[in-house]
Amino acid sequence: MKLHELTIKKANELLKKKEITAQELTEDILNRIDECESKIGAYVTIDKEGALKSAKSTDEKADFTDPLAGIPMSAKDNICTKNLKTTCCSRMLENFVPPYDATVISKLRERNAIILGKTNMDEFAIGSSTQTSFFHTTQNPWDLSRVPGGSSGGSAAAVASDECIYALGSDTGGSVRQPASYCGVVGLKPTYGRVSRFGVASLAATMDTIGPITKNVTDCAIVLSAIAGQDSFDPTSSDIPVDNYLQKLKNDVKGLKIGIPKELLYHEAVSKDVKDAVLNAIKVYEDLGCICEEISLKNAEYAMSAYLVTLAAEASSELGQYDGIRYGYRTSSDYQDLKDFYKKTRGEGFGFDVKWHIILGTYLSDEKYYDKYYLKAQKIRTIIKKDFDEAFKKYDFLITPTTPTTAFKIGESSDDPFKMHMNDLCVSIVNLAGLPAISLPCGFSKGLPVGLQIIGKAFDEAGILQVAYAFEQNNDYHTRRIKERMV
Amino acid sequence: MKYESVIGLEVHVELFTKTKIFCGCSTEFAADPNTHCCPICLGMPGALPLMNKSVVEFATKAGLALNCQIADFSRFDRKNYFYPDLPKAYQISQFYIPLARNGYVEIEPNGQKKRVGIRIMHMEEDAGKLVHEEGGSYSHLDLNRAGMPLIEIVSEPDMRSAEEAWLYLNNLRTILQYIEVSDCKIEEGSMRCDINISLRPEGSEQLGTRVEVKNLGSLRAVRRAIEFEEKRQRDILENGGTIDGETRRWDEAQGITIFMRGKGSNRYSPEPNLSPIIISDEWKEDIRNHIPELPNVKKERFIKEYGLPEYDASIITASKILANFYEETVKYYHDPKIISNWIMVELMNVLNETGEGIKDLKFTPKQLADMLIMIDKGIISGKIAKDVFREMFKTGKNPEEIVKEKNLIQISDEAELENIAKKVIENNPKSVEDYKNGKEKAMSFLVGQIMKETKGKANPQMVNSILTRLLKEI
Repeated sequence: MKLHELTIKKANELLKKKEITAQELTEDILNRIDECESKIGAYVTIDKEGALKSAKSTDEKADFTDPLAGIPMSAKDNICTKNLKTTCCSRMLENFVPPYDATVISKLRERNAIILGKTNMDEFAIGSSTQTSFFHTTQNPWDLSRVPGGSSGGSAAAVASDECIYALGSDTGGSVRQPASYCGVVGLKPTYGRVSRFGVASLAATMDTIGPITKNVTDCAIVLSAIAGQDSFDPTSSDIPVDNYLQKLKNDVKGLKIGIPKELLYHEAVSKDVKDAVLNAIKVYEDLGCICEEISLKNAEYAMSAYLVTLAAEASSELGQYDGIRYGYRTSSDYQDLKDFYKKTRGEGFGFDVKWHIILGTYLSDEKYYDKYYLKAQKIRTIIKKDFDEAFKKYDFLITPTTPTTAFKIGESSDDPFKMHMNDLCVSIVNLAGLPAISLPCGFSKGLPVGLQIIGKAFDEAGILQVAYAFEQNNDYHTRRIKERMV
Repeated sequence: MKYESVIGLEVHVELFTKTKIFCGCSTEFAADPNTHCCPICLGMPGALPLMNKSVVEFATKAGLALNCQIADFSRFDRKNYFYPDLPKAYQISQFYIPLARNGYVEIEPNGQKKRVGIRIMHMEEDAGKLVHEEGGSYSHLDLNRAGMPLIEIVSEPDMRSAEEAWLYLNNLRTILQYIEVSDCKIEEGSMRCDINISLRPEGSEQLGTRVEVKNLGSLRAVRRAIEFEEKRQRDILENGGTIDGETRRWDEAQGITIFMRGKGSNRYSPEPNLSPIIISDEWKEDIRNHIPELPNVKKERFIKEYGLPEYDASIITASKILANFYEETVKYYHDPKIISNWIMVELMNVLNETGEGIKDLKFTPKQLADMLIMIDKGIISGKIAKDVFREMFKTGKNPEEIVKEKNLIQISDEAELENIAKKVIENNPKSVEDYKNGKEKAMSFLVGQIMKETKGKANPQMVNSILTRLLKEI
């Protein structure tokens, strides 16, 4: 087996046994990056020097009791890294170097994780395809003519092509789970408040979460253990104690009650192959002794609209700070006055999709329309939360497809933002409710991975990891990645 | 037609907590530009606000002192707009559910008690400061002020004249200084005032179109700006025109208000990164218990307890430090009115002359009392005491020490004074003659000569009686 193909757990075992060094592992992955990048384009910044330096110092410490020590990883480019460019894949921040680390990065550094670089994404995390990046489009490792999903497409593609052992993404409306599904890897969106958002460029502050993208469920549990927990720098982070996620990974799911929201599984946007793969997964759970029943999330049809309104309104406020005054892109053409300066700077600095959302959001949150749109969206959100509460009174978990279809072709449907958003049908509803959910491979359709989404109760990450683990133990979808992908 | 002014004020007050409202940066005044800044003040990617608990405490204290109802539950909102000194392109403020409502401040225009209502008092962050290059084509940006904690106090439109607005502001400032939540220095920007003013025909209940005047840099400017607007609006109305709802600014140099911008709509949205502010009854009571005696209560007490005239009491209680100084002095000297006289005349004079504040006083209440006792004992004359007082003010030395050093002890020796008086009579036969001819003025001249001879140290009562006796004998 090649070193870059290792999981966190395997690599840690080898490091502990001194069969490999962190430097060897890092070098191997850097070589792998060299080999793949021209085809995949998962990264926007690669920090070879920094990675090798920290690998060396980790080897010197020779302490691999922490499972993440010496393990090379990458982070989505909206997660701030001290002295390392963080661009949000926007012209606006093309040369921005933060003077601070995001909390998730500090936590990983404390554990001697090796940071390889920053991964490509949709500009400011708006998008479902990684095609709106200012730099380049990332290709799906399973089919280079297809998107990796988005907005954490770079992170998912990097994991899927072994250009890192694991990665961090951000999930505001499915941006960790959807690309994980398209790329055949595991992606977890934690409960809102479980992982600190400090140092992560905000998109929609009431829905943003940071989550791991990994090669399997065990690795996912390891990374979540490292980054979860209350942070004094994030007032919205929760003080609920963090579970021991690894310890709870057991094969035994007998007697668990699983609900299948029929509005999502049987939605017209869901393709036959995807539906079949999910039905098959349900069969697996039934064989393991779970009780699976169809249920109704009766207001699911309003979720997409509520999500879009919330996203646009919040994004328009969050993205105001990029104004060319203190840092970032500033127009180089002449301007008449202050208003003209803002117009030119923001007009030139932001890409189309970002501007589309800002303008929509500005309109929706204007005093005149606030009640009509924004407030109404929040009311729908409350109703949807209630629907989930009701469902979780009877069921331990809910299962849906992660995405209605497999990865689409680069260039396809990107001119229609509404159609693009249908990819997020099953995932964004979870962000509205703030719940935890995981996506893991559950089958293939014409050679492309299909993702299964497991949704849990608030702060029951341990539960969804366990249920995901049980499924993973009973198939080989997660390992086919290595055999069948294009590079 | 006669018009009546309807005036409401929006006052921003900087709270003097040690750190900013949403980060740990220092609030120190006049630091070098951009030295008290962090990613949170600068609105950098991923920076999140952290609530400073002392700001809530200070603001609650202010709300209670202004007789407001404090909300058990309040929340922060964003006011979204673009301006170079606003780092995040939104100001974190309270809009939908403010911290305090329905308070009042008492004023006494023309001796009549009147309440000016406070509609809302809420917390918010300050913006940075733009410093425009004189004659240059660019501006400097100082973000030290960004994130300074403010309270905004919005009054009801209860004021009817510049005088009432002035009284309201003055009382508001005194109260906030008393409870030590702010120094309220208008000149340093720690208290800022916007005026809302409209005119309506006298007797009408309907409100006229309101004009907002921003950028008032002093209490005097507030007064002048109101008077200017009253005249401007009256002129327009009398000429059959209509008032536009607009925002104007005050130009101190020209003494006029200038059009700034029309009325636009604001975009508010809930601030998602901060938890709601929840104030328990216990906490509120604890804060209430830390509110000291407020100026109006103190004033009434001074009148009752020390028998001071209302005028004296209101001047002395206008400053907490002065009131404390006064009360301390009363402990060491028996006559409160005499103390008040010295404070109102001599102390106010030297403070005005030197521009120093009461908080910088070098001498203690005990020293002032000792000086007054020296007058009573005849050790120094009242006139000499004024010099001693100035020396105390300058150096903070004990009055005994000053008197001794400068040899200022009053001459009360009968024989010595008689000798001096005899010499003066001898040297001024013309004046003696005038006196004998009934010219009372001549007497004062002779007294003055004796004082001159003794460098003012002669006991004036004794000089009078000795001189009267001697002149009779001639």
